[in-house]
Amino acid sequence: MASGVKPRVKVPKTAAAGETITIKTLISHKMESGQRKDDDGNIIPRSIINRFTAEFNGQNVIDVTLEPAISTNPYFQFEAVVPETGEFKFTWYDDDGSVYEESKKISVS
Amino acid sequence: MELTRRKILAIGSGTLALASFTGLPAFASLTDEAIAALTGGADIGEGVVVLTAPEIAENGNTVPVKVEAPGAVSITLFADGNPVPNVATFNFGPLSASRSASTRIRLAATQNVVAIAKMEDGSFQMAKANVKVTIGGCGG
Repeated sequence: MASGVKPRVKVPKTAAAGETITIKTLISHKMESGQRKDDDGNIIPRSIINRFTAEFNGQNVIDVTLEPAISTNPYFQFEAVVPETGEFKFTWYDDDGSVYEESKKISVS
Repeated sequence: MELTRRKILAIGSGTLALASFTGLPAFASLTDEAIAALTGGADIGEGVVVLTAPEIAENGNTVPVKVEAPGAVSITLFADGNPVPNVATFNFGPLSASRSASTRIRLAATQNVVAIAKMEDGSFQMAKANVKVTIGGCGG
């Protein structure tokens, strides 16, 4: 599914060096599980986001493997350490090969 | 053997009980297999992992869960009553702060959610939470 996929990320704009911040991410995606059937009894093929990663200046924060049991519009909340000013990069990998990206800058004061 | 009404009832409830016994653990053993595949049959400790899930979920389509395991390298979530027990695996990188994560998951029916954490020393820790689901989340 390549239409209507919109990633949303919430990251604070500033932080102290070495501070722990909370990041919330959400991407609109129907996450078709491959278990449901349509009106004719045919199985609707699986179409989910199977991997999500968060990086800060190239260093990994979290790498999540998603299975069909993750709800529609997959949401993640996690915590990260910010050692310096830089950019968070979030990537979602779709079953159909699409890759969705979002990045957020954060400055350390 | 003479089939009285009482005997028929007894047989009926017996097979029902048998059916319900064989029905549920089929999924549970899938979970055991998945856990064994993850841990390689190693002993699993308890007490480090904190799994927060609601006792009662009104809608099985979005059940908020939170896992936290200080010192974990990765945490894997399983739902033993789902058609596929695996839910998600969180791999924590060097910049991850608290080794915790929250997400929303689908649960097909009332069941146990299991979190297995792989610790830095290679050992495994687990936590389990029972969630009662009013409306299942697997569609039909």
